[in-house]
Amino acid sequence: MSLSIEHLLGLDGVPKEDIEAILETAFSFREVLERPIKKVPSLQGKTVVNLFFEPSTRTRLSFEIAEKRLSADIINFSASVSSLEKGESLKDTVQNILAMKVDGIVIRHSDPGAAKLLTKFVDAAVINAGDGTHEHPTQALLDMMSIKEKLGTLEDINVAIVGDIKHSRVALSNIFGLKTMGANVFLCGPPTFIPVGVETLGVRVLKDIDEVLEIADVVNVLRIQRERQGRGYIPSLREYRARFGLTKERLDKIKRRLVIMHPGPMNRGVEIDSEVAESEHSIILHQVLNGVAVRMAVLFLLLGGKKE
Amino acid sequence: MKIKKLEKKVLLKNGLVVDFDNRDFIKKDILIIDGKIREIKESINVGDDYKVYDLKGYVISPGFIDVHVHFREPGYENAETLETGSKAALAGGFSHVFCMPNTEPPIDNAEMVKYVYERSESLPINIYPIAAITKGRKGQEITEMAEIAEFGAMAFSDDGSYVQNPLVMRLAMEYSKLVNRPIVDHAEDELLKDNGVMNESEVSTRLGLKGNPAVAEEIAVYRDIALAKFTGAHIHIAHVTTAKAVELIRKAKAEGVKVTAEVTPHHLVLTEDYMIDFDANGKVQPPLRNKKDVEALIEGLKDGTIDIIATDHAPHPIETKETTINEASSGMIGLESAFGLLVTHLVHERKIPLIDILEKITINPMKIFNIPASGIEVGKEANVTIFDSDEWWIFKRENIYSKSYNTPFIGCELLGKVKHVINKNFISIMDNE
Ligand SMILES: [Zn+2]
Repeated sequence: MSLSIEHLLGLDGVPKEDIEAILETAFSFREVLERPIKKVPSLQGKTVVNLFFEPSTRTRLSFEIAEKRLSADIINFSASVSSLEKGESLKDTVQNILAMKVDGIVIRHSDPGAAKLLTKFVDAAVINAGDGTHEHPTQALLDMMSIKEKLGTLEDINVAIVGDIKHSRVALSNIFGLKTMGANVFLCGPPTFIPVGVETLGVRVLKDIDEVLEIADVVNVLRIQRERQGRGYIPSLREYRARFGLTKERLDKIKRRLVIMHPGPMNRGVEIDSEVAESEHSIILHQVLNGVAVRMAVLFLLLGGKKE
Repeated sequence: MKIKKLEKKVLLKNGLVVDFDNRDFIKKDILIIDGKIREIKESINVGDDYKVYDLKGYVISPGFIDVHVHFREPGYENAETLETGSKAALAGGFSHVFCMPNTEPPIDNAEMVKYVYERSESLPINIYPIAAITKGRKGQEITEMAEIAEFGAMAFSDDGSYVQNPLVMRLAMEYSKLVNRPIVDHAEDELLKDNGVMNESEVSTRLGLKGNPAVAEEIAVYRDIALAKFTGAHIHIAHVTTAKAVELIRKAKAEGVKVTAEVTPHHLVLTEDYMIDFDANGKVQPPLRNKKDVEALIEGLKDGTIDIIATDHAPHPIETKETTINEASSGMIGLESAFGLLVTHLVHERKIPLIDILEKITINPMKIFNIPASGIEVGKEANVTIFDSDEWWIFKRENIYSKSYNTPFIGCELLGKVKHVINKNFISIMDNE
């Protein structure tokens, strides 16, 4: 199995066959993760750099575990640099890394386009682990894997993404990936959180969360950053919760089976109630395990790893 | 490019001289002695003691004028200096430029205006400073416009920043009437712009980049037209980019408001789609807009709503562009590619008469800003740009004389090549003629 893409910079424009191949490979790695010895030699002799220009413990741990399970050599680089030096240190850092001769680079950066920029400087496979509000393709892939695991398919299912779409790290990749796989995507949130012209991506925007819950098979709840309130995007967390929160009350009204996801970390009591996050509807913990499997699959396929 | 002193006795032979009155190009010889035009006739014959430039097939135009450049001196000499900027100007056919005051320190007092004139005295082009509207370009208190104007500032602008406070802008406009110099308006409401890095649209949404909405420009243009109408001052809207702004200016002109406007070549040629590749060379302020806006800008040029084409030549060193869009500086260089872009995209592709384009970069700026540059007339200083409007060429790194080369146009095939500029008793010689 191989991919048509050289790097995983995002899911915009990535063909269905590639996504299918990644998911299929991820499911086979899921089995590996459930064995007593969770390590395979697939990427032995390959070197991967984790370049984190922005702290993200969860994503970083997930990639690191994936790399370790595949027996890759790992270099970790994290930089919290002042915003003035950020651009320069990206190129400088990368040139240093070039000298080390690496096979893959996992990059996390606060600026859209950072992963793409990197491909201009290096000839290693680049995996975007989140470039600001642009794409976070492995998160979307693990979300899709989790949905597929639960519902058996992505075709024609209704997925609602609820919350701060505009400032989300994961919304775009989810939209691109889900649309490619044939799902219907609905967005729901206050209008100040809905990006201009997002309908051109083939999604529908709904204002009423109860209407959304009526039609959704899956609800992906996004994190609300508390500081948005001070910036005037929302008048108060209280009003947000009342209008858009995934509360237990709301969920109790829904008689159907509903899959609830959250990319974490959660603001319990704001965008989601604890009872909901921990209910039988929730697959939030599956997402974490699938995250490792998906990242193994992406690394394996892009870095030309060998099967056992 | 070679820049040398113009010979004492010169004959420009067989060139096609631009005639704005008859909207035509007429074959004429031009005799220049000691830098002054002495004779213009169908055919002039001279002895061996004359340097004869055979300009067969070339057009002779009044020297091009760019009313909006950033030469970065003082303060950012690593990006451009008055000297390197002059070379870039000559390469692009420009004999006169206005340099914007966002230097460090800013040009916000008479001393700084003097400094620019002194530093550029020996250079082959005329560099006219535009001074700041407000002290330190901070948008709080107006500058000593009367004294500054006396020292030769051509206009006032806080370019790069909008004068966000409407009262300050009102006072600036009122005060500017004292000296009859226009206020050049960088019209972008800072609050609405909200640090957006490209046009806000489905394209910015897809790229996850923060948007700078067209309405930020439109509101700013609207406010300042209203203030100009109210105060009777002359405002010149710099780098117009949106369809609605063009419409507002058109209406205001019809109502008799003293408003003039300029557009840049890049806003006429590129759309926001350029950003899809995350190439920071496309990051400009105001941002590249959509196709509809571009069409409206071209309409505005055609019907005279937009008076001037100006480059907003904004040099930046490579390290500030080889980075993410968020981090990158705004602006692109424009002097060397401007004429080729205009001939290629407007004259060749859209069949806009060449003479209309020349108007926007010669006589219109002369009139609007009262520039003492000459037309092509006996008795006046020789100040001409000579070009071949039929020559295709590829814009390459080596065609760039600016200290910076932040432009998305490298590699583009362009029509219309500047050959010489004669100005201040200098002649530039492009190619290796
Ligand atoms: Zn400006």
